[in-house]
Amino acid sequence: MCATCGCGPTDHHHSHDHGHSLGNEQNTGKKIVTVEQDILQENNLLAQRNRGFFEGRNILSLNLVSSPGSGKTTLLERTLTDLKGQLEFAVIEGDQQTANDADRINATGTKVTQINTGKGCHLDAHMVLHAVQGMKLKPDSVLFIENVGNLVCPAMFDLGESERVVVISVTEGDDKPLKYPDMFHSSTLCIINKIDLLPYVNFKVEKAKEYARKINPNLEIIELSCTSGAGLETWYDWLKSKVLLPV
Amino acid sequence: MHELSIVMGIVDLATKQALANGAIHIEEIELEIGCLSGIEMDSFEFAWKQGIRNSMLEHAVRHIHRTAGKALCVDCDTVFPLQQLFDSCPNCNGHLLSIISGKELKVKSLVLP
Repeated sequence: MCATCGCGPTDHHHSHDHGHSLGNEQNTGKKIVTVEQDILQENNLLAQRNRGFFEGRNILSLNLVSSPGSGKTTLLERTLTDLKGQLEFAVIEGDQQTANDADRINATGTKVTQINTGKGCHLDAHMVLHAVQGMKLKPDSVLFIENVGNLVCPAMFDLGESERVVVISVTEGDDKPLKYPDMFHSSTLCIINKIDLLPYVNFKVEKAKEYARKINPNLEIIELSCTSGAGLETWYDWLKSKVLLPV
Repeated sequence: MHELSIVMGIVDLATKQALANGAIHIEEIELEIGCLSGIEMDSFEFAWKQGIRNSMLEHAVRHIHRTAGKALCVDCDTVFPLQQLFDSCPNCNGHLLSIISGKELKVKSLVLP
């Protein structure tokens, strides 16, 4: 059941019953029903609905995923402040508890909605659908969806995003990509954050890149630091190149 | 523990199908869970016990097909078993792969009374 509006699986306004079932009778009088349906079908349908909404309004939606503490919120704060006036932004914050991150984003003057998943370990397309319904997103804008800090569970749930951005920081192990391959497999951009700390840690950037590309040869990688500002221009250029502004 | 979300997805899907066929409980369920689908089977087992409580699946016999991972190397067309997403092609060492199987996550069929 949906925690936001209380709608159930059978009566929801945006669920579709495709009825692929092929019933036939066995000799025992029991009925075998062929289902052949993807378990994530409901989520995937809603994700496609979100995606269509975003595409129709030319909104670049980015799903930011990482382990807790990799610096997603700081990266957002810095980006929203530096690019103010150049791009239109909105943010959805996903956390199990508190509105702390939303407060930090709000302080930058950007429109933000907090989703608290409670015990949930990931955002899903349904939560994003409801968050977006209350946001009045502007056309030609950028929507950051900051997922719950977790490198495992969010990998399976398409939110309808245009791109998935995985963030790792140099204070983690450089073998993160190998340990959590699903997330790196499904992402299009990898940000290696906190590179100003490289002299103090045992993180080998080239190794991390090599591992990440073993899993996903098409993965783009940007190294940056929100503290020193190194690499931020590359990230901003990437963002701007993805927003197709009307001429 | 996204496995609990997956189990709840299975319960929803199976319940819908059973109701559409006029059943009040489900006797058997057949699932396909690929080895590369991102499901940890121990967690799945734990979540299953909790998730099916008071549902139509509570007493259902469960059959699980684990589909092995298989990939096609985009560079040299070799088809080979894929144990991990970071495995390379045994023929050319390439990493540009197209996954043919192992990602499945499906309810295949139900047996209803």
